[in-house]
Amino acid sequence: MSAKQDRHPAFMLVILVGGLIFGFGLGYSHMARPEVVLNFLQFEDLGLLFVMGGAAITTGIVFAVATTVLDRAPLTGRAYSRRLKSFDKNVLVGGVIFGVGWGVTGICPGAAYASLGIGNVTILWAIAGMFIGSYLQAFWRARSADAGATTAASD
Amino acid sequence: MSVELLPALTFAELFPNGIERYAVGGLLIGVGTAVIYLGTGIIAGASTFLESTWSYASNLPRFNQPKYLGSRDWRIVFTLGIVLGAAVYAVVFQGGAWTTDVQWWRLLGGGVLVGIGTRVGKGCTSGHGVCGVGSVSETSLVNVATFMAVAIGTAQLVQALGVTP
Repeated sequence: MSAKQDRHPAFMLVILVGGLIFGFGLGYSHMARPEVVLNFLQFEDLGLLFVMGGAAITTGIVFAVATTVLDRAPLTGRAYSRRLKSFDKNVLVGGVIFGVGWGVTGICPGAAYASLGIGNVTILWAIAGMFIGSYLQAFWRARSADAGATTAASD
Repeated sequence: MSVELLPALTFAELFPNGIERYAVGGLLIGVGTAVIYLGTGIIAGASTFLESTWSYASNLPRFNQPKYLGSRDWRIVFTLGIVLGAAVYAVVFQGGAWTTDVQWWRLLGGGVLVGIGTRVGKGCTSGHGVCGVGSVSETSLVNVATFMAVAIGTAQLVQALGVTP
């Protein structure tokens, strides 16, 4: 489906460079420190608005230009598109659960990886938690799918 | 005179550390996303890595979807890039390692909720918050408004309960 064989040799290099800049930005913005996120959520320092706003505006401009002016990405041949996901109840349920988690920890996935990079080994607790949480939801999805199949079969 | 001072005081109260580090950091996060997007057409979020990496170790159907199997290798490279990029920041600007004082049980328990919530909700702060908002996606705007409001309420409640940090 993803046609790995169509990847240009520079594909992984570009992913790595993009990740490096992304991670450096998370470090520079201090968002990799849970305390800074918690200070934002507690209205003690609203600077985080500029992190998320600055990043969203930058990608917004690039997405808008690429989807109107450019055709296909050079390294994969993929057409440029925007990130449009379908809306359903899960978007709200997931948002609430993530919100509680973000409010408790002050950390989100990307910032957690960057936090490890700035030497914050304590963040491994949060990264372990995220892996556990992502496993649990996949386990529950499989169980409810099984339950659904069993119900359908017995009907 | 007090009228002239008021905006300055308010700004200092709202942004006690200024805005330069935040704005420049946010711009760089956007540039990193844009480099990957312009080169590959891929809109990279950070939380899918959690599930796509599980596919190496688990047979659960959710993890073994084609879109995860087809992206799990570059998602590891992307995540390693994030770790290394932050490490470069730490060496150049921070002058060594920094560790949090937030208690381990907050990180672990909250981390579990982040892992569940970002995957059930189809994205995280980078997927919905940066790329989805940058796409002016209504789904992402609703998700971000939801997790932002709940996170503010949660953090203030935890603080009010006397848990610091």
